Amino acid sequence: MTVLPYPLLTASLLLMWMTLNSFSIGHFILGAIIATVASWAMAALRPAKPRLRKWYLLPKLLGIVLYDIVRSNIAVVGIILTGRTRTRRSGFMTIHIELKDTTALALLSVILTSTPGTAWLEYNSSDGTLLMHVLDLVEEQEWTDLVKNRYERLLMEIFE
Amino acid sequence: MNEAFNLPFWAEIVVSAFVLLGASLALIGTIGLARLPTFFERLHAPTLGTSWGTGAMVMASMIFFTVTSGRPVFHEILIGIFVTVTTPVTLMLLAQSTLHRERAEGNPDVPASISKTPAADSDPKEA
Repeated sequence: MTVLPYPLLTASLLLMWMTLNSFSIGHFILGAIIATVASWAMAALRPAKPRLRKWYLLPKLLGIVLYDIVRSNIAVVGIILTGRTRTRRSGFMTIHIELKDTTALALLSVILTSTPGTAWLEYNSSDGTLLMHVLDLVEEQEWTDLVKNRYERLLMEIFE
Repeated sequence: MNEAFNLPFWAEIVVSAFVLLGASLALIGTIGLARLPTFFERLHAPTLGTSWGTGAMVMASMIFFTVTSGRPVFHEILIGIFVTVTTPVTLMLLAQSTLHRERAEGNPDVPASISKTPAADSDPKEA
């Protein structure tokens, strides 16, 4: 057993400890001890360790997602306030997802659910089918392109 | 509340703008929750509050306390991170239980199960 089985987790926990308390030597030592013990506890659970192949693409993904969330917030606010239920068509759609890495899939589900207008409903891991619900399903192909080209490709580059 | 008086004018404007934005998004989300006709459409409305509704409030709080205390305060960002990361859990639970119920009732508007487990084969539509 290595001293630090999850260095990134330990570092994040230490950073979180210090932001919640204060940036001082005392809290650095206390936080480091707690973070190390917590990462041992994590190691005891033996989760699959995600591999970040191109971690430098993560800020790009974050930027894209934050921008898309702003855009879809505006779109959904428009739908709710104008109440145009006649012309709008919401519906279910299925997408074939090629991602296999569980961490990448988890990230994709966070992206899709935190974007107003899209909701991740069901995922079948054996054939990679994803069932989602879209509030404004004007062009199904557009949504497929959004998920496949905008998010999935980048996630694949980062994780696989 | 003496801290509030030390706030410069520009910060007052920025903080109130973010608070108003966050509050409006949460309000519009709840209006949507009340007004949208079907369950799956209503599922989208509260995400306004959990995405930029929370985001704007967190920004306002970070700016306010950074300006008034004179040192960078950013631990609020953890609220944003944890709200975002945990939203899918509740949303999927709600969605999947509703999908299950609608399928069991044989509602034709709901798509058939995409998983090939034996339980899914007992879909009343196919019977």
